[in-house]
Amino acid sequence: MGIFKKKKEPVYFRGSDASVAQAFGHGDKITRLSFLIFGLGNIINKQIARGVIFLAMEIAYFVYLFDFGIGAIGNFITLGTVEQGQVYNEALGIYEYSTGDNSMLCLLYGVITILLTFAIIFVGCMSGKSAYATQFRKERGQHIPTFKDDLASLKEENIHSFFLALPITGIVVFTIVPLVFMILIAFTSYDHEHQPPGNLFEWVGLQNFSAMFSQGSKLAATFWPVLSWTLIWAVLATSTCYILGLLLALLINRKGTRCKGFWRFMFVLSVAVPQFVTLLSMRTIFNANGPVNVLLRDFGIIGATESIPFFTNPLYAKITIICINIWIGVPFTMLSTTGILQNIPAELYEAAKIDGASAPTIFRKITLPYMVFIMTPNLITSFTGNINNFNVIFLLSGGGPDSLDYYYAGKTDLLVTWLYRLTITQKDYNLGAVIGILVFIILAVVSLATYRHTGSYKDEGAFQ
Amino acid sequence: MKVKRFVTNTACHILLAILSFIWVLPIFYVVLTSFRKEGGSYKSYIWPRGYTLDNYINLFNGNSNVNFPRWFANTLVIAIFSTVISAFFVLCVSYVMSRLRFKMRKTFLNIALILGMFPGFMSMIAVYYILKGLGFLETGVLKQVALVLVYSGGAGLGFYMAKGFFDTIPKSIDEAAYIDGATKWDTFIHVTIPMSKPIITYTLLTSFMGPWVDYIFAKVIMGNDTPYYTIAIGLWTMLEKEYVEYYYTQFYAGCVVISIPIAILFLLTQKCYVEGVTGAVKG
Repeated sequence: MGIFKKKKEPVYFRGSDASVAQAFGHGDKITRLSFLIFGLGNIINKQIARGVIFLAMEIAYFVYLFDFGIGAIGNFITLGTVEQGQVYNEALGIYEYSTGDNSMLCLLYGVITILLTFAIIFVGCMSGKSAYATQFRKERGQHIPTFKDDLASLKEENIHSFFLALPITGIVVFTIVPLVFMILIAFTSYDHEHQPPGNLFEWVGLQNFSAMFSQGSKLAATFWPVLSWTLIWAVLATSTCYILGLLLALLINRKGTRCKGFWRFMFVLSVAVPQFVTLLSMRTIFNANGPVNVLLRDFGIIGATESIPFFTNPLYAKITIICINIWIGVPFTMLSTTGILQNIPAELYEAAKIDGASAPTIFRKITLPYMVFIMTPNLITSFTGNINNFNVIFLLSGGGPDSLDYYYAGKTDLLVTWLYRLTITQKDYNLGAVIGILVFIILAVVSLATYRHTGSYKDEGAFQ
Repeated sequence: MKVKRFVTNTACHILLAILSFIWVLPIFYVVLTSFRKEGGSYKSYIWPRGYTLDNYINLFNGNSNVNFPRWFANTLVIAIFSTVISAFFVLCVSYVMSRLRFKMRKTFLNIALILGMFPGFMSMIAVYYILKGLGFLETGVLKQVALVLVYSGGAGLGFYMAKGFFDTIPKSIDEAAYIDGATKWDTFIHVTIPMSKPIITYTLLTSFMGPWVDYIFAKVIMGNDTPYYTIAIGLWTMLEKEYVEYYYTQFYAGCVVISIPIAILFLLTQKCYVEGVTGAVKG
């Protein structure tokens, strides 16, 4: 860091260094006006290109707003008022559909308009701060950066904006907008009886949440068992894979084991095969007439016409899925732990030996803490990954066997596969969104509670 | 002592042998069935009565419903485009998050953490409608573009692995470059990137494999547009009730055909994976 301290006088005072309040408080009239008329301070001080860009953004926003945005906000509040109707066309002698409002699109455009408004407020703050920075430099007789300087700064002190611009746009469009949209759906009546464009749906407040938790309703009778199975599944799947995988890695890495590479290869093979291939073939292998049942019949363990209901009996299905998941997950853990086991710095061990530490002490004091330091985030991600483990359940059992006591769910459905059924098959988007929010809350509680206490979050730079 | 060690060693090897037998068996069964001569789906025996290559030959003589070569090409194109875009996104974000300190950094990290906790396809329906609104779901080719966007659009959030790697490159190396008058951009291009081959390979590889193994997004976006399917939904289709009796063995042949290149890629880059997990510069 030493080299930066030599530059005592800041070369540029950057707008982003001042807070909005500072800029507004210390700024002159033109700076303050720049919060309303974007780019004003820049244009007056000959930063034409920068100012024009700010101004163009503002003009574009207001054109959008008056052309479309205000209507969109209105529709967002009502979610549409004109229902699609049938009008008798006398000339043709048929009923025609009159176009009604599409609640879904009203909601979507509303979300987009609100986000754009936030964005333009942010741009306005930037414009004000930028005007203040220019004023600040002018007062001190410092060089006012030209547009060329601005572009050059993208390679140096503003390189993060340059690098993050595109990825963040992608994240906003493909993750944040859809997410906000789906969260809002949880507060509407967008279910199978209110499907746009034929029908309108409306805001219903917390009604969907209360339906999910109200005593004695079919939804609540589905939610709690599905939730408990999700948690049992996540704990079992994560712990079995981690413990067995670590044991396997230790077994292969022990001194006495010969042909380590060969054994590792045998297990890596199953990781290398694409997961959906293994899952789909496992499904056929454990089918009622699949090879496992055929083998059992051949050995006379079950009768010639009998078959073990691997996926059709609830308890068997759960056990089968966890076993298959062990088959899939153990080699993964084996792989990642092998690398880490081998990379524990040798000096640590040497130092411990010189101090006369015994093997168990070395394991307890060096190997284990090291593994925990590296693997805790890993364990948390695999736990949350298992709560959201759509593929394994969907491709193996499809959530089945179905249960009549449940609201469109099966005995092995996780919350996420139930979400899938509710939205894709059942078209109850509002209920699906409620499940999504609940899953989020569970994950947030679990991971924030644990993740923030791990060494690798608190001390990212431990190995830097 | 010696006898005891011999006994434990033997026991360990026997245990390993049993375990690896269990792990290899299903793969062996897949390969075996792909060469089975008799058609039809489930049989009441394990060992095929005859062996043939026809399953593979028929697989590549695709017809309009089950057009394996076309699906393969579709997936390849989609995979290449989304790999380039998402690897670029991931590297940018992870580099910034690891090496640079700026005002919004912690906020961004926390937002990324929070976004990662929502079930991925909760937003799928909305993505579907956004793409529809933008007119991307009109024709098959546009649907493929849409799929590329879906696979790579939010890729910037998957930066943890690469960030962990960049975190292990000592800061002093960057500082040495600054002293020599390099800008941050120069440092990134000429210092960091050349040191990061393992993680770049890893990022490329994982993004490349994504489209081959994703089922759910592809299915939702493609719908019933069979000619534009990717491999994963194509193979799934072959197991559907109306096809399974005829395509059961070809399904296994298809599995073998796509598993081989992916497995080779995977095994070749194992080294990069391990290096990527454990850091760039070893003390």
